[in-house]
Amino acid sequence: MAPSMLAIRETFASLVADGVPHNPRHESSQAADDSPLTAHHSQLANTAVSCKGVTKEFGANGTKTLALRGVDVDVSDGQLTLLVGPSGCGKTTLISIVAGLLNPTEGSVEVLGADLAKLSGRGLVEFRAKNIGFVFQQYNLLPALSAAENAAVPLIINGWPRKKAFAKARAMLATVGLSHRADNFPSQLSGGEQQRVAIARALINEPRLLVCDEPTSALDAKSGHTVMELIKQVAVQPGRAVIVVTHDSRVFEFGDRIVEMSDGRISSDQANVAA
Amino acid sequence: MSWIALRMLTGDRSKYLGLIFGVTFATLLMTQQVSIFMGILARTGNQILDVRDADIWVMDNRVRYLDEAPGLQDIDLMRVRGVPGVAWAVRTYRGVVRARLEDGNTRNVRLSGLDDESLVGAPQEMIAGSMDDLNRPDAVIIDRAGYEYMWGPPAASSSQGGDNGGYQLGRTFQLNDKRAVLVGVCKVAQPFFSDPIIYTRYSQAAFYVPRERNLMNYILVKAQDGVDQKELCGRIEERTGRVALTGRQFFWKTVSYFLSSTGIPVNFGITIALGFIVGAAVTGQTLYLFIVESLKQFGALKAMGIPNRGILWMIVLQAVLVGGIGYGMGVGLTAVFFITTGNITHLAGLHMTWVALLGTGAAVVVIVIATSVISARRVLTLEPAVVFRG
Repeated sequence: MAPSMLAIRETFASLVADGVPHNPRHESSQAADDSPLTAHHSQLANTAVSCKGVTKEFGANGTKTLALRGVDVDVSDGQLTLLVGPSGCGKTTLISIVAGLLNPTEGSVEVLGADLAKLSGRGLVEFRAKNIGFVFQQYNLLPALSAAENAAVPLIINGWPRKKAFAKARAMLATVGLSHRADNFPSQLSGGEQQRVAIARALINEPRLLVCDEPTSALDAKSGHTVMELIKQVAVQPGRAVIVVTHDSRVFEFGDRIVEMSDGRISSDQANVAA
Repeated sequence: MSWIALRMLTGDRSKYLGLIFGVTFATLLMTQQVSIFMGILARTGNQILDVRDADIWVMDNRVRYLDEAPGLQDIDLMRVRGVPGVAWAVRTYRGVVRARLEDGNTRNVRLSGLDDESLVGAPQEMIAGSMDDLNRPDAVIIDRAGYEYMWGPPAASSSQGGDNGGYQLGRTFQLNDKRAVLVGVCKVAQPFFSDPIIYTRYSQAAFYVPRERNLMNYILVKAQDGVDQKELCGRIEERTGRVALTGRQFFWKTVSYFLSSTGIPVNFGITIALGFIVGAAVTGQTLYLFIVESLKQFGALKAMGIPNRGILWMIVLQAVLVGGIGYGMGVGLTAVFFITTGNITHLAGLHMTWVALLGTGAAVVVIVIATSVISARRVLTLEPAVVFRG
């Protein structure tokens, strides 16, 4: 059952107050706004992602495919940006580049003030571990780990002691309304519950950029709605940019901004008045 | 990361057990077969090593292994005794004769004729009877396995003792149509052939063996204190024109003969190779499939910030754990095999050797490294962006 939005906000507020590590940008945003949990429409939004002339080519010689054709796009923090478009339009390629998982063939990508091209391989891995959270279409939870253990994985990767990491993971699961499922394994959870665990996992590290790839496409309408509500209410925070790739028109209402792609280009970019 | 790797590995019980089974099976097969192979080869020369009171064996130049020894002349014994550095030298006979039992059945036996006065080369441990009884007329001593081969297992021993452990001494049978009386049962290292080993005095052996011009076929030599045995062998060869070998050298000469002239190494080699191949295939394939099926998970972990060296560590840790547990279980099962078969007379003396342990350990390390490398390649070359492909 989806938690009420009020409960979610209260749990998240207590998490933040309980000494969860903050990043400086978080703190500055919070200092400037007394009610950070409602600040996703903050006027203090900064540019979290800046893509300029991004081109991506796959294949070689005769089999070259141009997936992105000079994409220029900025993403601000404190907002939920929807990246929409038909299959094959380059959405996934673009977020892969933004997340530092792919290198652009041409163009520059600046994420959270860092030029990704200037980061070494190791530096990029560390940058991702500290600053970027991922929510995948197929959840990609580790089947051998319980929900709480799955949620704790990013902390463990970053060197947290397991006990402390599990404690925080349980709190994070409570935030997404799954405290009663903390000890269940992925195979014992529904698709919607697995995706909520994935969201808890993505947010546990307090990332400044959350990248979600088709988070609702494997879910029924109700579960998809719950997941998007969670992302909107829990993930979107001042100092954090959230990019959701989707072609599920049922979730467009959640976006603060909708960037539409077509054939490797941005075809429209507008604020969502319905949000 | 280690914790994640271990949980990933043990989380899928069937694959985890499959991996361990593969290594266990390979280890069991290799350790057991290598040990048996070494044990059987050692049996070919055990009778040489059983002679602990002499240092050097002198023999005809044409000897290829223990049981194939043409006779020496009595003058050879005198010459050997005259070589500087020789403390003493005694004659001995080793050969095969036919025994006829009380019930008319016949058995081939390996007869050892020991020097009448010194009994050099006599067995070190008696189970029933006494070595001194060899001085009685027609007296022979037989090894335990030989006794069972000729007359069956000993009768149940009484709790009071005094019944020679159930062995029936005083039995009479014929060796080459001459009367022989059993006066004792001894314990010897298991021989290669299942033929009984019978010890008697040299003079008595001459009575049992079909008449030949020269009966003595080995001279057993003790080196004087402080004399280098190999140097002494050289001197004996120089003075007598016969071959002189230390016990250890003669043992390896015999083992080498069986290695080069029989199908034993090929047959065991095939089994050992099959153990390695099957073990490597089962382990390699299971680990590879385990990794390939977990590619998305590894991709997600890479996306979340585990570097390639971390992924490599995870895979190596998984492989090492599987290899370690499988090796331990395989060695344990081999030990259980040898412990449970240790009381079977014809398997006695076969045991797990340190060479088999080390060799199998090395083979398991090769399997683990090879499967790790093959599996890791898929993960290390994996684009983390693969996680975004539904």
